[in-house]
Amino acid sequence: MIPELGNFSLILAFCLASLMVVIPMAGAITNNQLWMSLCRPLSSGIWVFMILSFACLAYAFLKDDFSVNYVARNSNSLLPERYKFAAVWGGHEGSLLLWVLILSSWSYAVSLFSRDLPQDILARVLSVMGIILVGFLLFMLLTSNPFERTLLNPPIDGTDLNPLLQDFGLIVHPPFLYMGYVGFSVAFAFAIAALLSGRLDAAWARWTRPWTNAAWAFLSIGIALGSWWAYYELGWGGWWFWDPVENVSFMPWLVGTALIHSLAVTEKRGVFKSWTVLLAIAAFSLSLLGAFIVRSGVLTSVHSFAVDPARGMVLLTIMLVVIGSSLLLYAIRAPVVKGSASYTLTSREVLLLINNIILVVSTAAVLLGTLYPLIHEAIYGEANRVSIGPPYFNTIFVPLMALLAFALGIGTFSRWKKTSVAYLKQQLSKVLIASLAFGIVIPVVVTSEFNISAIVAVVLALWIVFSIAKDIFNKTSNKESFFKGLKALSLSYYGMQFAHFGMAVTILGVCLTSHYSVERDVRLAPGDSEIIGNYEFIFEGVSLQQGANYQADRAVIRVLQNGNEYITLEPEKRLYYATRATQTEAGIDVGLFRDLFTALGDERGDGSWVVRIHYKPFVLWIWLGAIIMAFGGVLAITDKRYRSKKPVKETQSESGLSVNTATKTNLSAEA
Amino acid sequence: MNKRALLIIPGLFFIAMLGLLLFGLGRNPNMVPSALVNRPLPEFSLPGLKLNASAATSLIASEDLLGGIRIINFWATWCPPCHIEHPYLVEISEREKGVSFIGVNYKDDLDEARLFLEEKGSPFEKIIVDLDGSLGIDFGVAGAPETFIVDSFGMIRYRHVGVINHQIWEETFAPVISRIK
Repeated sequence: MIPELGNFSLILAFCLASLMVVIPMAGAITNNQLWMSLCRPLSSGIWVFMILSFACLAYAFLKDDFSVNYVARNSNSLLPERYKFAAVWGGHEGSLLLWVLILSSWSYAVSLFSRDLPQDILARVLSVMGIILVGFLLFMLLTSNPFERTLLNPPIDGTDLNPLLQDFGLIVHPPFLYMGYVGFSVAFAFAIAALLSGRLDAAWARWTRPWTNAAWAFLSIGIALGSWWAYYELGWGGWWFWDPVENVSFMPWLVGTALIHSLAVTEKRGVFKSWTVLLAIAAFSLSLLGAFIVRSGVLTSVHSFAVDPARGMVLLTIMLVVIGSSLLLYAIRAPVVKGSASYTLTSREVLLLINNIILVVSTAAVLLGTLYPLIHEAIYGEANRVSIGPPYFNTIFVPLMALLAFALGIGTFSRWKKTSVAYLKQQLSKVLIASLAFGIVIPVVVTSEFNISAIVAVVLALWIVFSIAKDIFNKTSNKESFFKGLKALSLSYYGMQFAHFGMAVTILGVCLTSHYSVERDVRLAPGDSEIIGNYEFIFEGVSLQQGANYQADRAVIRVLQNGNEYITLEPEKRLYYATRATQTEAGIDVGLFRDLFTALGDERGDGSWVVRIHYKPFVLWIWLGAIIMAFGGVLAITDKRYRSKKPVKETQSESGLSVNTATKTNLSAEA
Repeated sequence: MNKRALLIIPGLFFIAMLGLLLFGLGRNPNMVPSALVNRPLPEFSLPGLKLNASAATSLIASEDLLGGIRIINFWATWCPPCHIEHPYLVEISEREKGVSFIGVNYKDDLDEARLFLEEKGSPFEKIIVDLDGSLGIDFGVAGAPETFIVDSFGMIRYRHVGVINHQIWEETFAPVISRIK
């Protein structure tokens, strides 16, 4: 009964979503208050039924209802409870259910937190989100229903969840990632609503900003979790592979980052409107592209779900309708008149434009690399397929990010409209000298070798950090005390600085790990040891351990630091019963400045084992930086001008044109 | 130039991409009806990979692969899916005595490849080194991993793109192998 209830809820959610597309939009066009006001109850109704449907599937998993095909394929009676729950989104159908649940949650959240939004705008926004909901619910009901059952002779036990996914990482990675992906639908819906109503103004940009920040923060965490998971679960010590599926999660992030910056310009200065709208459309379109690539199987990847061209066809149709119509609308309605504001080459506007160009070029490069195998095949035929590896991506991406980091430092000191070149020179010369000096001296002294790439990375990271420090110092220097000055700065200013600081931390993590890691793959017999730096790894031997649904060879590796007992690491190699798949669990000692990474390979005939021992400096900083960035994004949302229902000094005219005086005082302080 | 005309560019770009994706859907990347299926192996003569770096290498030619069912697997250490399928290849190569596994180390670093096999064990009876990807071009591979089933007369009978796991082996490889035995 329960699976049928879940299915029924899905159908009801679909019906309500169809109503949400039509009624509020019709109300907005005919100016019918009642019809418009229906958008709020409709969005909460959809959300309730999606929750119910999701709960039904979770129940089927927890109760081992293997008559549900999806449960039988992705679970097993031996699977621990927490993985049974996480297995709800371990395959195509269930993860799609999560995707739609999150979409309905975002639209419900919009209806909850947009009390000060004009009713016709809210009606249009929710109606646009309704279109996406209808598309995906239809997709799920027609091709990927998670509640399909085999009632006659259902399987006695399930085939088990993919062992790669039986991990804490799986429990949290997809929800965060989808929160980010799908969150861009809000910025998208706002953009379409603004195009439809013809009110692309500062108010529109201000409403969009917190939602974009929220989605971006979730996506940052989601991508970082995925990378961290690959690092400790896949067992070969890498953390990013430029795999098509990683790329499709990264592209919305890059465009989303550009969007955050461009929204700032549109809100504060009223320029770049068409560009900002296009970015909002692009960010969500890339999320849809991601869904398509992962679920249609056009590109081979570790992450791909089962290949089914029929699903791909439906997704392509959704993309055609949603993206195609929005780009058509864009071509017809986007404003071509340039904004009234004027600005010079060294203004903050132009620096943010440079940021946008770099980020969009990076996205284009990643997109090209990801789709190139398809392009090549389309031109040269099937016999001439090619694959694009990390060398392409690294060659293009690293210099672009270096440029971005450089521009970031300048941008920190820039001002709206016009920044005097003399002022920039005066501010930046000190930062430049300090970052060059420390950036060259520190790596050389610590490692006593001259590694030019690592030095460039450290210089750039310090360039960002020193710019931030100097800017905060400048902004507090004319206050009575430093702390009073800090208190006077707005939360969105801190949000920006945290996000930029996070970027510096990630740059350091990525570059130092890449350049200074020590990686050894050695054959060790019990009692043998391997020395890396001042660590000695002593291999004590391997024993057989029983897990809930697997058995494992668990090695004991004692680590000595400068000859003293330090820690014992226990990497495992697991054999899962149901799927007969083996899986490594790395033994890692996590540290702020270095990770000690061990993974167990195979037993050799003579009783020795192949053991992988890595010394990875600063690897934690890659993910730490992402967390700091996401924290910055959250901080910016909590700024009071988004929180308060009616900002104190803000006057909002009927037409939705807002004159923002409350923030004018710290105009130059905020990006 | 009319500024409004510029606004059509994103739409045109999107249409081009949609066309590309539609094309991509038309082909099935995992079960490719390769032009080579039911055709003889391409002619080649390439060095073999010895686990001991200092050992003399010998050439492996296409004729050397005749006389039994061969599973030819293109792999590389730079390819994450290859790491995933490798343990299963080791397992299945020990179980399936009727067929022999031939590895093609595709555009790889040879020292890395040796370490990889040293650590994870080698499912392969012979390993062909395809440093510049020329054999890959002859086979028409898109990337790694790709796996071909070749019968005892040297005819390619099946092509698989992507990871091999238990399910794929049982559902696609085993039937093809039992058919051509």
